[in-house]
Order: sequence, then C-alpha cells, then structure tokens
Amino acid sequence: MSAVQVSTTVNGDAIDFVCQPTETLLDVLRNRLGLIGSKEGCGTGDCGACSVTVDGQLVCSCLVLGAEAEGRKIGTVEGLADGDKLHPLQKQFIDNAALQCGVCTPGFLVAAKALLDRNPNPTEQEIRYALAGNLCRCTGYDKIVRAVNAAARDVRKQQARKKR
Amino acid sequence: MAHDTSYTDQDFKIVGSRPPRPDGIDKVTGRARYGADVSAPGQLVGRVLRSPHAHAKIRKIDTSRAQKLKGVKAVITSKDLPDLTEGNRGNYDILENCMAREHALYDGHAVAAVAAVDEQTARKALKLIKVDYKVLPHVTDVDAAMQDDAPVVQPHIQHDGKPSNICNVSQFGHGDVEAGFAQADVIVEKTYKTEQTHQGYIEPHACLASVGPDGQGELWVTTQGHFTVRNLCASLLGMDIAKLKVTSSEIGGGFGGKTHIWTEPLALALSRKANLPVKLVMSREDVFKGSGPTCSTSMDIKIGAKKDGTVTAASATLRYHAGPHPGPWGMLGGMTAWACYDFENVQSIAYDVLVNRPKVAAYRAPSAPMAAFGVESTMDLVAEAIGMDPVDFRIKNAAKEGTRASYGPTYGPIGIGPTLEAVKNHPHMRARLGKNQGRGMACGFWFNFGGQTCTDLNIGVDGSVNLTVGTVDVGGARASMSLIAAEELGIPYDQVKCNVGDTASLGHNDTTEGSRGTFSSGMATIFAARNAIEEMKARAAKTWEIDIEDIEWRDGAAHAMGMQHSNLAPLSLAEIAGASPGTGGPIAGHNEVVADGAGVSFASHICDVEVDPETGATRVIRYTVVQDAGKAIHPDYVEGQFQGGAAQGIGWALNEEYVYGEDGCLQNPSFLDYRIPVCSDLPFIDTEILEIPNPNHPYGIRGVGETSIVPPLAAIGNAVSSAVGVRLDHTPMSPPRVLKAIKEKQAGG
Amino acid sequence: MRYEAPSTTREASALLANAKGKAVVLAGGTDLLARLKSGDIEPDLVVDIKRIDTTQSIKRMASGFRIGASVPCVEIGRSAALKRAWPGVVEAAQLIGSDQIQGRCTIAGNLCNASPAADSVPALIAAGAKASVVGTAGRRTVAVEKITTGPGKTSLGKDEIVESINLPKRPPRTGDAYLRFTPRTEMDIAVVGAGVCLTLNGKGEVSKARVVLGAVAPTAVIVADAANAIIGSRLEDSALAEMAAACEAACNPIDDMRGTIEFRTDVSGVLAKRAAKIAYQRAGGK
Repeated sequence: MSAVQVSTTVNGDAIDFVCQPTETLLDVLRNRLGLIGSKEGCGTGDCGACSVTVDGQLVCSCLVLGAEAEGRKIGTVEGLADGDKLHPLQKQFIDNAALQCGVCTPGFLVAAKALLDRNPNPTEQEIRYALAGNLCRCTGYDKIVRAVNAAARDVRKQQARKKR
Repeated sequence: MAHDTSYTDQDFKIVGSRPPRPDGIDKVTGRARYGADVSAPGQLVGRVLRSPHAHAKIRKIDTSRAQKLKGVKAVITSKDLPDLTEGNRGNYDILENCMAREHALYDGHAVAAVAAVDEQTARKALKLIKVDYKVLPHVTDVDAAMQDDAPVVQPHIQHDGKPSNICNVSQFGHGDVEAGFAQADVIVEKTYKTEQTHQGYIEPHACLASVGPDGQGELWVTTQGHFTVRNLCASLLGMDIAKLKVTSSEIGGGFGGKTHIWTEPLALALSRKANLPVKLVMSREDVFKGSGPTCSTSMDIKIGAKKDGTVTAASATLRYHAGPHPGPWGMLGGMTAWACYDFENVQSIAYDVLVNRPKVAAYRAPSAPMAAFGVESTMDLVAEAIGMDPVDFRIKNAAKEGTRASYGPTYGPIGIGPTLEAVKNHPHMRARLGKNQGRGMACGFWFNFGGQTCTDLNIGVDGSVNLTVGTVDVGGARASMSLIAAEELGIPYDQVKCNVGDTASLGHNDTTEGSRGTFSSGMATIFAARNAIEEMKARAAKTWEIDIEDIEWRDGAAHAMGMQHSNLAPLSLAEIAGASPGTGGPIAGHNEVVADGAGVSFASHICDVEVDPETGATRVIRYTVVQDAGKAIHPDYVEGQFQGGAAQGIGWALNEEYVYGEDGCLQNPSFLDYRIPVCSDLPFIDTEILEIPNPNHPYGIRGVGETSIVPPLAAIGNAVSSAVGVRLDHTPMSPPRVLKAIKEKQAGG
Repeated sequence: MRYEAPSTTREASALLANAKGKAVVLAGGTDLLARLKSGDIEPDLVVDIKRIDTTQSIKRMASGFRIGASVPCVEIGRSAALKRAWPGVVEAAQLIGSDQIQGRCTIAGNLCNASPAADSVPALIAAGAKASVVGTAGRRTVAVEKITTGPGKTSLGKDEIVESINLPKRPPRTGDAYLRFTPRTEMDIAVVGAGVCLTLNGKGEVSKARVVLGAVAPTAVIVADAANAIIGSRLEDSALAEMAAACEAACNPIDDMRGTIEFRTDVSGVLAKRAAKIAYQRAGGK
C-alpha cells in the first residue's frame, strides 16, 4: 500500500498531509491533524457526527477518502468561531441548552451552518429536514431546533447590519 | 459526620435559574474530549474478534499467524484473562461476557483481541486468527427459550430441578387477586410483546489503556461509572484497586448502556501484554452486537374493575430475556408494573430468561417501559369497557401518600395524582384532532437511586471554588452542581468550577445510574459546602477573636451576630480565602455519604398521532410530558431529560428493534437499519415540570432522568387505537404491524 | 489499495482494464466507503472519477439533459430546468439520504451500486433515461433498465464506466413522479418505491405510461400491466385499482428487516396510485 500525499485547506489554513489510501477524511482530521471535533458515531454516514464541508458542501467526512481532499477546502467545527467570537449557532446552542452529552453537537453545528448559509430564514420543517442526517439521542431535538431558529434570527440581524 | 437530609422549604436565590453550562464552550468548539479523543505516545490500535455464531463451543483458537504478523504487538484470548473470580459467579459472568471462554454465547461475543501498530494491521491480524467452532443449537426468542426442549444457554442454571433458561422468578404484590377478580364487573386480559432495543448513544464505547509490568495502570474511558470500571477491571485482572487510575472522559451518551464493562479489560490486558498504551474503540456494529441492549419481553396482563372504575384486582406475568447471563431485569419489570396505582389486590410474577443475545444492560428506567406498555394499554381497554374516561379512570386508582406500593414500600408524598390532574387540565387534551389522528395518554414510574457518593470542594485564595464530584456529567450535571454549591456558599454561579474527578482524586462513587447524579452528588455538594462554611466561620472567628457560635453565614460572607460585634464588618468568602494562608491554610469542604431516600418519580404523557391507514405509517404530531422533578435545579436540563426520554420511548414504540435471523445473528447492527428517530420524525416535545419535594433531600430533589421513557410506548399504542381503531400489542408498532392490524380489522377479524 | 484520480474517462477506463485484483469506481462514495469500512470489500484499486471534466456537470441540450456521473444529487436539486422537466427524477434523487449524503451521492452511483432499493432508478427508468457508458472499446448508450442485472450486479464490463445519465426532452403533456415508503421520514432505505411517468392526449386521457417499482424484486421492475391499466383512463378509481392490482402482482420481494413480503406488496399498489395521481397533475390532467 502506497501512501498518498495531499495538499488541502482546512478552516482556511493550507495543510499538507500524508495518509494511507484507505484512510477517510475523518481519520485524517482526527488522527493526523488533531482535529477531534468531528466524531465517528457510525462510520457509515448514518449519524452525521463527522459532518464537515468540502468546498462548502456539507458531507460526512467518514464517507470521504483523505486522498480526495487534494486541492479542496475543508471546513470543520473547529473553524466555526471567529477567534474568540462564537458563531451565533454556537452561542445559541449553549444558551438554549441544545446539547446534553454534546457528542453530536459539532456535527449539528456544521450542518446547521450549511443550512443557514443557504437559507437564513428556515421554517421549523426546513430545519428538521436539514438536520435529519444528524442523530441526537439525548435531546429529542426540541432544543436543537429552537437553537437553530434563534441563531437564524441572529444571522439575519448580522446580515442586515452588514448591509446598512 | 451524619447530616440531616430532610427537606427544608427554603427560598432559593440561584437554584432554579438557567445559566449556561460550564462545559458549553468546549462542546460547541470541538475541544471537549470524549472516549476516542485522547491519544498516548506510542499507542497501539486494539480490535476485537467476535463470534459469527449465536451459540458455539470454542474448540480451539489458533493465534500463531496473527502473532507473527509484522506490527502486531499483542494477541489475547480468554487464556490471557485467567479466572480470578474465586467463586464470585457475578464477576465470572462479567469476565465471560467480556471474552468468551469455552462457549460463544451470542452473535458478536468477543473471542479474541489484538493490538497492533495501526488499524490496517489490526484488521489483518483478526483475519489470521483461526477459531475452531462447533456450532450449537441457539435460542433468541424469550418465549421459545422457556420451552422444555429449548437449547440451554447456561447448563449450570436450574429451574424446577433441571437445567433451564429460566434463571430467576420473582413475585410481588399483596391482597388476593383471585378474590379481587371475582368481584370485578369487567376483566380484560391481554398478551403483549416488546422487541429488544438499544440505548443508541451516539458515542461508541472507547478507551485508552496503559498498564506497566509493575502492575500500575491508567484507563481513560467513556463510562457512567469510572469507579465501578476500576473496581471490576482491577478485580478481573488481578490488579490493586489503588494502582489502576480510571478517568472518565466526556461521555457521549450512556442511558444505562455505559454502566458495565465491555472491552475495557481487553484493552488493559492487551496493554499489559504489549507494555504499550492501547486504544480500543468499538465500531457501531460492535456496539449493537457486543454491548448491552435492553430486553425483549412477553407479558400477560389482567385487570378487573367494577363499573364505577374501582380496580378490584390486577395481575401480570412477565417474561424478560436477560441475554446469556442472569440479570435483575424481569424483577424490575415486576416491581414497576403496578407502581402507579393503589390496588387492593395486585400481583406480578416475573421470569428472567437466558437467550443467545448480548448481555442485557440497563436502559433508562430499565424494564419499566415494557411493563408499562402492557399495563397502560390494558388500563385503556378497561376504561373503554366500563365507559370511563381513561384519565379519570387512572385518577380514581392512582397511588397517593400512604399507598402501599405493589412492590412493598409505603409511599410518601408522590406525584402520580398531580401529573394526572395536570394532564386532565392541559390544553393539549382539548386540542382538536383531524382525520386519522388520535390521542392517547399513559403513566410511568421509576424508583430512582442514591448510593455511595464522595465530593470535594476546595476554595482558592481568590475565592473561586473548585467542586470535584465523582458522578459523571451525562447531561449538564456540572451546571446543576455549580448552582447548588453557589446557592449554599452564597456566591455567584460563575465563581464555581465543577469537575468530574478521576478515581485517584476521590473516594468511591457509585455509577451514575438510577437518576442519582443530581440527587446524590447534589446532596454531597450541599454537605461539602456546609463543611467548608464551618471552616470559614472558624477562620472568621479566629480573625475576629470571637466565638464561632456568634458567627452566621449568609449572602456569601461570615457575619458576626449580636450588638457587641456590630463594629465587625462581614468577611466575604473571598476575604476569608485570601487570608487563609495565615489563618490555618487551605479551606476545603468534604463529604462522603450513602445517599438514601431517593424519591420515587412519576410521569404522565399525552400523545397525538396520525396514522396513514394505507401504509400503517404512524407519525407523532404532538407530545406533552408532565413529570414530577421534586425540585428542578436547572430547569433547562430537566426539560431536556423529559424530552430525550420521550423521544427514545417514541423510537421504541414505533420503529426500533433488534431483528434476528433464523441463524440467531443480528440482521440490523447499523444506524441505518436500527431506526432511531431523526429530527424530522418528531414534533416539539412540550414539558410541564411539577415540583413535589422529596422529603429526604435538603432541596427536595428527585431523580428526573429516567421516568420519561416509561409512558411513551403505551401512550402511542393508545393514540394509534384512538386514531384507527386497532389495538397494537407488539412493539415496535412499525408500519407492517400497524397495516396488518388495520387490514385484519377491515376483513372483520 | 491504490487510489487514482484520473482526469479523463479514457484514463479511468484503462486503469480499470489493467487493474490486477479488484478495482472499483469511486463517484460519490456513499455506498463504497461504508463497504470499505465494514470490510465488505477490499479493493486493490479505487478509481475516483470526480476529477474527470465530463462527469462534473449537468448539461441542457436540445435532446434533453446530460447529468455527469459525479454530479452530487444536491446539484440535481438545484437545477431549476431539470426540476421543471423531470420533477419525479429530481425528487427521487433528492430522497437519497440526508443533506450530508446528498452532498456526495450521485444517480450514476445509485444505479451502478445496483441495490434493488435504489431511489433514483425507478424514476429514471420511468422517464426513459439512458446511461452513457465508456470503456476501452469506446462509448455505448444503454437504457438505464439494462444496467442493473441483480442485487449488486451490473451489465458493465470491468473497464466500463457510466460517464453520464441522459434524460430525454420531456414530451408535451407529460409528467413524472416518484414516491417511496420508509419507516422514518429521512435517513432510510426505500421499503417500496414507485416511479410513474405518463403522457396525456388532448382529452386528458393517459396515452402513454410507464410504471416502475423499486425494492420489490431483485431489480427495479417495469410493470407493463400497471401502465396498460391506466392507458386510456383519466385515472378513475377503477383504473387506479386495476393498476394497483397489477403492481401487487408484479411484486417479487423478500422478507427482511426492512419490510415483509406482505407489506411491500400491499404498499406497492398504494404508492403507485399516489405517484400516478401526482404525475397526472404534472402532465396537465385535472
């Protein structure tokens, strides 16, 4: 088995890594780059705990080979906050008690951000379907949906402020 | 030191508020470290070989080829885990479950394990291990396992003088049920079945083990009970308890499934053999096959009542599967079955039955949801038969203070009546229903537990407070503990930092189960804080040179009482802490307690469903949880427990089940085919918190974590019945089962 | 295992042709990666076709649409023109998995994975889609229904790659629809799927129809009797009942953890009826 050399961008930073061709992007993020925020809940794309974006597109990093990251832009939960300023989703998840154990939270945040990036004014149903690829076993999703809704409001306010 | 644990009706300043949790930032930024998130230099990857057979004799395991593979540092089988249990059958069963010995007892039973330099090598090594199995007849169904001719799972277990899968029979109740049934105007008798479900925590079991040749070791592990893990692992591996330090990682869900040990002793044994750290993470398939799901059951429920709604007798025969080793599960079902009610003549007989399925572990109010499915479905049938509103029928028969519970004790102040009244008056009950929609309600009970607890509270010289607890934070507990410490000390919430201590930093703490975290660590925190307050009063007395009796603690400061001391300005906690190096050194509070008197918990749920009569698909469209919390310390996380339990119950009711093939192998060990509810499957889950103080806790706290999973199965069954007129007696009420029932009804069956 | 990401279909085809041992094509990877994880397959070569230009886009042409083999389904959902022309196909493509899966999965992969439960396949067959297949010997165009031959089996040669899925221009007064049944609202595999495409005459009667069922047999099933049952009708109840009966008769499902034979059979007719009604409306029927 020959290792693959990959040049990619993770959360805006240029990163080079070497991985085995069988390694997933999730393996690379966690084991080679130390980005442990993305979690492996199933390894088969059924739980969403490993959600990241590749060129802005929401994916399960367990279903992407590390080798496929060549030349792409990867976004993970570690890139959500702007320095010490939390993303509105991060703040609202804390304020709305939208996490209990918190292991699914990074995946939910990444997926919810992907939703708000394309639709900053989602309905409850749109939120629920956009997050249907992320399993949470603690919350019954109630407070998660409320947090995303509240964060959407914050995002819209931010956007309005920027326009002004 | 003995403490007065009785409830005092105090006005809370902070308890009951909703501040942000202290671990919030770590968990929204990806920094929080769970079981699989920690690595050690030079660590190996551990993997487990599992039996592909439901039941087999292991004739021989040849590990020689695996051992020779480059990069493999250790291979273990049961030979590397010699039996040190000295006749302790319970521990032997645990040992045998962690690694099969002479027999593989279920599909997925661990038979060998390897540690290698990387994942690829470890996988390759597993393939090189040759196990010579002699496949034996198996049994996975609980009713089949009770038959005389069933394959016997554990030949040493006897029932009626011969080897049997019936490993335990327990009986509860009082009165004379036969006489009671004779007085009934109406008797309803029905048989129910529930399929096996899994806790479905999103984080698989994971640990990092490191053991040296000197017999000292460390284990980082996702668990609900690191002290229990330490004691068990040390005992099974022949280590001194004090020499194994176990640290509980952040835990990615447990719900009872992380109260036992599974691969932890294997990781430790591999590490000991390789003399290198070993990280062992279960795959999702491993979790489904090789951890501890709950039981499948089969139940006969019989209730007799008079036309005025008085229940004259009730009896339940419960058959719960236990997996390959005995467990208390049927017994718990028998104890909880009738606990909501005040019946004169009541009885439950419970059988625990061995089958070739994974060892059963606790799952949130273990055993109660199944019994409640049978009981609460039958309660509705009786109400219907006598023409009484199901809520009124339950109110008439509800247990109350002074009721002798069917499982023995006499209740103190309890919440079943108030939750039922709240349901009766809830706007949800009056909301209009559309076509193919129906409404159901059901009640639930859980005991709650207290147990051994040890807590430390250390005050820094700047007046900030470190609180160290030994129960695991499964859902916001550190926020609740910080609230309690701040309340007692009279300081702001954010002046307290709560940590979960490892096994080397605290005395023994029982596993975080039985909804005991906030109840017992809350109690120990109160007493540790009061202990520290005594010390601070002593320091103030020394500073002021007055009697400690003349000092009272309020609003976060020592106050000198009496006119003679009116010149003394209060000394704040921060001032006393700042002066502590010169007044006697560090200030700490400490408490060890066996927290008795956990208050029983009751809930009543309301559920609306819509059923597609052509496909049998059932959707929950509205859901309300009413539950007694005793005292809600942090209401957000109490609501979260109510909602999470309800959602798990909804999944259990509608779609979740272990599906076994004819070969006794699990067909659906994945999150794709083991269908836990997704976000778009559920509505908002409304909650109403009632607070009926537990008389045995200073703050009135009852456990809140478990009861919410008990009513949903029956609430949904009752709602489906109201929607489309068919009574489901088998969970999950999956589309094929519902459609079949509808078609049978249409056919006049 | 070797990973290659060629930039032309020809290169990809050559890699596959010359591969020693097991070689697999990687498009979206949502099935392949899960199978790699479980150890279900251990290929010696993975050929990633996402770097091939001709697989990357949806093209609208005079003859219809050309959907590149590595276009993720989320892109299909974003194509307004495609949605207008073949809403049933687009809906089917969008039913595959969560948003995360949508970001990767492809209809070509859905086809070549050859699962009996593939969501997009009945809709594609109903719409008359064709696969453009490239191999070392050149290119051929194959009706979608000819690709899958059984569970996990296709008619593709070792060196062949589906480069694109081509949809015809939608004929006038034509509508399509796809419905599936899953126990959960999302994140599930079809227990039954039904794709219907029908064309109306000037009087609002069905003049042409195609009814295709998924997950009820080893491959997607074209149910000619179901189509015949509604041809000439305005989807009156009797015609729909006859169509449903034909669907049920065409079912040859398995009993498994996802659904019983009885259930799959019953629901096939229900879904076909519902899908037909939607397709009828889309075709302009009232």
